[in-house]
Amino acid sequence: MNHTPGNPTSRRNLLLGTAAAGALFAAGCTSNENNDSEDEGKQPAGAADDKPGKKVTVGFAGPQADHGWLNAINQQAKRRAKEYEDVTLVSTEGSNDTAQQIGQIETLINKKVDVLVILPADGKALTQVGLKAMKAGIPVVNLDRVFASPQAYRCWIGGDNYGMGLNAGRYIGEQLKGKKNAKVVELAGLDNLELTRQRTAGFDDALKNYPNIKKVGRQAAEFTVESGQSKMAQLLQAHSGFDALWNHDDDQGVGAERAIQQAGRDEFLMVGGAGAKRAMDAIKADNTVLKATVLYPPTMAASAIDLARALGQGKGVGGLAELEIPASLTLYSAVVTKENVDEYLPTGFS
Amino acid sequence: MLNSPGGADTGADTGADADAVPGAAATLTKAAGPPGPRAPAKGGLGGLRGLGRLADLRNLSLLGVLAVLAVVGGITKPDEFLSTDNLQLVLTQASVIGVVTVGVTFVITSGGIDLSVGAIVALASVWATTLATQDYGFGGILLCAVLVGLGCGLVNGVLIAYGGMVPFIATLAMLASARGLALQISDGRTQVVTVKPVLDLGLRDSYVLGIPPLVLIFAAATVLGWLLLGRTTFGRRTVAIGGNPEAARLAGIDVRRQRLMLYLLSGLCCGIAAFMLVVLTGSGQNTNGNLYELDAIAAAIIGGTLLSGGRGTITGSVLGVLVFTTITNLFALNNLQSDVQQIAKGAIIVAAVLVQKGRSTS
Repeated sequence: MNHTPGNPTSRRNLLLGTAAAGALFAAGCTSNENNDSEDEGKQPAGAADDKPGKKVTVGFAGPQADHGWLNAINQQAKRRAKEYEDVTLVSTEGSNDTAQQIGQIETLINKKVDVLVILPADGKALTQVGLKAMKAGIPVVNLDRVFASPQAYRCWIGGDNYGMGLNAGRYIGEQLKGKKNAKVVELAGLDNLELTRQRTAGFDDALKNYPNIKKVGRQAAEFTVESGQSKMAQLLQAHSGFDALWNHDDDQGVGAERAIQQAGRDEFLMVGGAGAKRAMDAIKADNTVLKATVLYPPTMAASAIDLARALGQGKGVGGLAELEIPASLTLYSAVVTKENVDEYLPTGFS
Repeated sequence: MLNSPGGADTGADTGADADAVPGAAATLTKAAGPPGPRAPAKGGLGGLRGLGRLADLRNLSLLGVLAVLAVVGGITKPDEFLSTDNLQLVLTQASVIGVVTVGVTFVITSGGIDLSVGAIVALASVWATTLATQDYGFGGILLCAVLVGLGCGLVNGVLIAYGGMVPFIATLAMLASARGLALQISDGRTQVVTVKPVLDLGLRDSYVLGIPPLVLIFAAATVLGWLLLGRTTFGRRTVAIGGNPEAARLAGIDVRRQRLMLYLLSGLCCGIAAFMLVVLTGSGQNTNGNLYELDAIAAAIIGGTLLSGGRGTITGSVLGVLVFTTITNLFALNNLQSDVQQIAKGAIIVAAVLVQKGRSTS
């Protein structure tokens, strides 16, 4: 009390003022309205061509959409379901908590949905609830992160992490063909995840076909912009000159490209991963080091809805002779370059 | 009363600290003695002791670690490590977490804890980079980041100081809700900044005499923090309530108001750090500031700040940040992977704390 020279009222007013200013910001500055956000992430038209059939209720459970790609997964699923008159989509709040996701899926089982589409936060940990659904007679479409047991799903559809690395390596290998002692650097994703190791394994295997190329550096970022900037800055400092860079993930690529810009370097070509719209725009504009990106297509969620609908109506997949849908579908990781970018731009996510 | 364990400890430690005032207990005695006058700023005596404090052994040991790291770097990667470019890189990488650590050091010195710093950085960086905020340009982004940081700090402070909540719980709640709000606002997307002055601030052309602007902000925060903790009444009160809040209250310190101000300060540092991160990465993302709370606490602890409060040093904290950043840099330059980096980080925390324990008991 003997240490408070100022007038307490004025200080209180100051605090109130701060709070009021904060409230103003709350009202004004959280808007992210963007005029061209309407046509983001649309899949190519023409797939939903068959006639409405038996009504199907599809339960959809995914992880928390805290990442551009996961966000795109949710949107793809919702948009696809809307295109079908005969599909009703019941989706849960996304959760990264295994126990919570199990609870959400059990709720969907109790609601007796016709088919379940599950992108587990952790494939191994959610195997039991997949088994439970199958036992209850609800076919499960397992999206991307695979369950530990094939009995826990009717059909698995997902990306190919090994293939992603393979195609990135092949593309870089072809670009650097004939170049002696070419140096390549890799900016990996989160090393704790198996998928990161698979991507690196594919990349290394592809590079083995090109004896003129040597991978001189690798650092793992964390799929975040911040870690991408930080690790890329270190890589650039460690290697004063190299010919190509593969970055596993376009989201962390925002940071990586920032680091490249800050270091003022442009002697190499950069290949991204996943297929963000921003990366595709940059490839199209062709004014940065980014020349290509290897897809990990979020359209798989739309395809999962297609599969769920086919399962619910007892149909096969159009274009194949089979009467049943396949047990597993591994998607191709296409390399998007300036030449074919227009084709893939509609699938780019932000 | 004044010689209760916390107060006595800090008193015995007099002169060994670079920043903390010559013993919280001493301040308390003065404040409690003649009621009325503010805690005196011992000018001449403080200056003399300052010399002794410069030679603080605790900081010397961290400087030693830095020297060892520099030698290792110089031997393994002479061209890459010992260069101006790399010095700029290390300092830039240290700057964002460094500013956060300055704020956290104050909170820990006062006997509190702030687990929400990473989440506040994430929320402030996301809020400051929405399309609506970006319309206001450079000033809007800066102001928004700082205000969001202050706002979160205010909530923390009010809950802890006036709501009687334990700092661990209150800031844990803020961690959860700030991250949630950041996710909600950004919708999980990376918000790329298009405001040119903000982007330019992170580029080479903006370096002042070869020093990146972010490093200048970091340096300013360090100096101001050092002055505030070691040379002002505010700093003395912080140490006092960390040493023994009850004694501090009896000595006439408005403990609740002081706590509120400390969490506001931590929030302010987070807001500034968020702006710096936006400049550094050219974007805002809800995953920003991941585990900053633990990095900041670790840096403060190896720097010599007591987790139980009552003793704090800004110099030590900043050296702690630099040690961690240099290790990351050194490992990356030698192409060692993140697993090895994390193991080394853990080992260094243990080693630093053991060295300090050994010294304080001898």
